[in-house]
Amino acid sequence: MTLAPPRTRLRGVVGESAPRSDAPPKTQGSFEYASDLARDGMLHGATVRSPHARARIVRIDTSAARAMPGVVAVLTSADLPTDELFGLMRRDQLVLARGEVRYVGEPVALVAAEDTEQARLATKAVKVEYEPLPAVTDPVAALQSGAPQLHSFGNVIEDVRVVHGDPKAKADIVVSGEYEIGMQDQAPLGPEAGLAIPDADGGVTLHIATQWMHEDLGQIAPCLGLPREKVRLVLAGVGGAFGAREDVTLQIHLCLLALATRKPVRMVYGREESFYGHVHRHPARLWYEHGAKRDGTLVYVRATIVLDGGAYASSSPAVVANAACFGAGPYRVPNAVIHAVGAYTDNPPTGAMRGFGAVQSCFAYEAQMDRLAKALGMDPVELRAKNALRDGDEIITSQPVEGSEPVANLIRRCAAMRSPGEPDTSDPAAMPGGVGNITRGEGVRRGTALAAGFKNVCYSHGFDDYSTARVRLVRERGEPVAYVLTAAAEVGQGIVLVCEQIARSVLEVQRVVVETPNTSIDSAGSSSASRQTWMTGGAVLAACREVRTELERRAKARGRALEDFEVADLLDEPIERTVKHRHRPTEARNETTQNHGHVAFLFAAHRATVDVDVETGLVKVVQVATSQDVGKAINPVAVVGQLEGGIAQGLGLAVMEELQLRDGQIRNASFTDYLLPTMLDMPPVVCDIVEHPHRDAPFGAKGVGEPPTISSTPAIVAAIRAATGRELNRVPVRPDDIVFGTVARSGWRVTPGDDPRKAARTE
Amino acid sequence: MPVQVVRHLDEALDALAAMPRAEPIAGGTDLMVEINFGRRRVSDVVAIDRVDELKELRTGREFRVGAGGDTRIRVGGGVTYTQLLTDGAGSVALWEASRTVGSPQIRNAGTIGGNLATSSPAGDTLPVFAALDATVVLRSREGERRVKFGEFMTGPKRNVRRRDELVLAAEWDDAGPAQTFIKVGTRNAMVIAVASLAFVIDAARRRVGIALGSCGPTIIRAADAERFAQGWLEERGWDRPRRPTEAERGELGRLVAAAARPIDDVRGTAAYRRHVLAVIAARAFDRLAVMT
Ligand SMILES: Cc1cc2nc3c(=O)[nH]c(=O)nc-3n(C[C@H](O)[C@H](O)[C@H](O)COP(=O)(O)OP(=O)(O)OC[C@H]3O[C@@H](n4cnc5c(N)ncnc54)[C@H](O)[C@@H]3O)c2cc1C
Repeated sequence: MTLAPPRTRLRGVVGESAPRSDAPPKTQGSFEYASDLARDGMLHGATVRSPHARARIVRIDTSAARAMPGVVAVLTSADLPTDELFGLMRRDQLVLARGEVRYVGEPVALVAAEDTEQARLATKAVKVEYEPLPAVTDPVAALQSGAPQLHSFGNVIEDVRVVHGDPKAKADIVVSGEYEIGMQDQAPLGPEAGLAIPDADGGVTLHIATQWMHEDLGQIAPCLGLPREKVRLVLAGVGGAFGAREDVTLQIHLCLLALATRKPVRMVYGREESFYGHVHRHPARLWYEHGAKRDGTLVYVRATIVLDGGAYASSSPAVVANAACFGAGPYRVPNAVIHAVGAYTDNPPTGAMRGFGAVQSCFAYEAQMDRLAKALGMDPVELRAKNALRDGDEIITSQPVEGSEPVANLIRRCAAMRSPGEPDTSDPAAMPGGVGNITRGEGVRRGTALAAGFKNVCYSHGFDDYSTARVRLVRERGEPVAYVLTAAAEVGQGIVLVCEQIARSVLEVQRVVVETPNTSIDSAGSSSASRQTWMTGGAVLAACREVRTELERRAKARGRALEDFEVADLLDEPIERTVKHRHRPTEARNETTQNHGHVAFLFAAHRATVDVDVETGLVKVVQVATSQDVGKAINPVAVVGQLEGGIAQGLGLAVMEELQLRDGQIRNASFTDYLLPTMLDMPPVVCDIVEHPHRDAPFGAKGVGEPPTISSTPAIVAAIRAATGRELNRVPVRPDDIVFGTVARSGWRVTPGDDPRKAARTE
Repeated sequence: MPVQVVRHLDEALDALAAMPRAEPIAGGTDLMVEINFGRRRVSDVVAIDRVDELKELRTGREFRVGAGGDTRIRVGGGVTYTQLLTDGAGSVALWEASRTVGSPQIRNAGTIGGNLATSSPAGDTLPVFAALDATVVLRSREGERRVKFGEFMTGPKRNVRRRDELVLAAEWDDAGPAQTFIKVGTRNAMVIAVASLAFVIDAARRRVGIALGSCGPTIIRAADAERFAQGWLEERGWDRPRRPTEAERGELGRLVAAAARPIDDVRGTAAYRRHVLAVIAARAFDRLAVMT
């Protein structure tokens, strides 16, 4: 036997900024997104939606639509194979509305036709007679006794209380405030799309852009009346998700149409329909009170939070729990009462969006921290650092922090980062108002402020959260090749590359192929909760280790150590290992939410610098600096991408992104009027990536996706407050708020910490 | 939706005359949006983006060296924003307005003729044409019509263009360097104006033009404000640069705001529109007065 030559250095291992293989096709326009799927002879599906926020369906007449040219099928609730309901955390929605509609955009009927235009015209020909009912669109009103009951089980989706320490604690200095969050949308650039193909066995194969195939499967199969084995999902190219693809949108509809017509059916939402088709970020009302000692030590936080869940529950229960659990911020707070309630209303349903409940409360508690600093006459950065959590400290659920960089370090490092230069008044594009040519420095004031935030990684409160990976190591043309299969959805965040880099590092083989996710393997869980690196990365790591152990065994069987072989020489037989990886168990929520409900915490700090034209109320965010504890940057460029992208979304919520509702109607369901930040709105980001490994995470790598959206919003708004002196208790901040000093008032009087079901009108 | 691609003006005019329901398409940046949203159903389309006669751009050499004089500027209906931005627009305000339109992709495709034909109250070049007192040149097989912008646009997305006419060009007298366009939007680029303003001080002709966009059903000329500025310039002398006082700027802003007929909509409140118009009008006055 010959000694193997030293292995050539591997390219693209953990810690390297390896390039992603989907980048060239995505930037060149050749990537196949779900909306590009096609099959010969396929039909095109379209959806008839409710124009009313709340109405009784008197009758539906599909005869005209059925008679139209090219129309192959028209389905209503009468055609559903089962009465099963669907829904992410609570099955509370019918696949097609029956008897009643509960929000504008609720699906009422489906059409399949030979081309998209015929399908679209046929949706217009479906005659639905409605009897409109008064809509309940104020979530606080929906919670009061005597409000119309929107579901047979009442209007409360979830009610979470966190009671920590002394609920009646007293303090020297007390500040309070009311806050409001508008409805943000995930606005993924790729609209909802999929292709369903009927199978010979009476089942169906669905190619779909989603965040979690197995969860979809669990909702689709019962609604179709099929066993799980007869419904097969294949991940199609996902054009962004941000939470919007956690819920079932067109999945069941597509399968129903394919099964009814026995033909492949494709469905692609248009931009406008996409705004009606998926859930949004929860709008929120928050009432906060903070108490501190004169030296700035926090004594208590009390808060009441009302989240508007819209017509159906979606993931509201977990969003409500998050808003409450993380509602005191990344600080040591010995006494707390947080009462968070999610309400059913007749507004469009809300659910998962990056930051998931932590975003809403962070905006409020960080505003409170600044208020407190002012009342104390203390530097707001110092106040935060003084109270910041470090390992061993408990959050308000009594769970200690573990495996984290002391948050005070993140805060101080962030505060000390390079500041931007003076405004360049000669270039209007660099000033508030941008290319609109608004100011050459007139009315411009600069503000800088810092905010910190945190949330959980992975699923919490006893959820059986796992991911599955299959690693197959084979020899092909004399070379070792590792095939990695998981059901983890690549939604743009880079999980494919994470799996690839981990496999390459552990197996020490250059060629790693990450296969297209499908449901032939068990679940990987959702691409959400910043969890895929931790969970699927962890599963791949565990599977690779088992494969490596087998390699070692084979080497040993030949009397040498693994290092003495070329890997390929040990692969006369391929090695395949499948591992189901779980994080350590978490505890279910109890009455006062005092327990170890979470796996671990993610922390970040953001410092924003803004120029505000105080006369026009226009804002230019000049720079955002951030320090984030990522544990380990598996791929540093990908981490920076997440930090910058998350900050863009946080900036959007701070100054422009809002779905405007009136009586349950969305007034701006288009990219003409739902404004996302452009290149000229997005400032340079200065990233400080802190690597404090967590022992349970693969290579110590915690999730990175969500923290950038959490504290960036309050940092930007605080910087605008610093520049303008305005209260700004609502996001997004509108020019009116700056120019006229408009303050958002819910019209409800609530004592922070109290039950919002006993709110009183202020008038 | 059959599309007829034409290469010459005559061909285009013939096609429009022959097909009673035909619509021209230039950059398609308005028309395709309308079609996608299902707001407009189009049966025949005549693609005019390859017609060279519509791409004429006469900005006058005199203009480039900065002198006023009697130079007549002419911008063809098929001229894109990108073309204006690279080759010169014959008007600083039109250049600035072109710079605010959409994104690079939109500016590469979108045309002046399309902006005029669409006649949206938020069309960014329209306040400029109003303030310049520009003439819209319309051409059909039956001949040419020349209409002042003020008579061209009659309401939101309404104008006097007949279906078989093309916007051949826009024309105006070079108004010199003292002109500007300001657009307010809640995003720093790619945004529909919440309010906009074009302000022109034509010292050679002793003329002031102030026009507002996105502040009413049509482009609004702020006549009282124009008279105020005119009077102020008469008094101070048209050729002697000097800054208006804060009170004078404020008065001009007040008159501009008073001319607006804004509404509350998803893009902004009426109160904000009035307020911000006063601010940007005062700023424009301040910037331009010292340039005459
Ligand atoms: C993303 C986006 C951003 C935009 N941003 C802005 C903005 O910031 N500011 C702004 O003002 N506009 C904006 N627009 C609107 C549009 O780009 C402009 O109005 C543009 O000038 C339209 O020109 P076009 O050549 O694309 O017109 P088309 O879409 O080709 O045509 C529009 C209409 O004009 C008619 N037409 C076109 N040319 C002629 C002609 N020569 N004679 C007679 N009729 C003609 C067509 O029949 C059609 O009815 C935006 C559009 C989009 C999609």
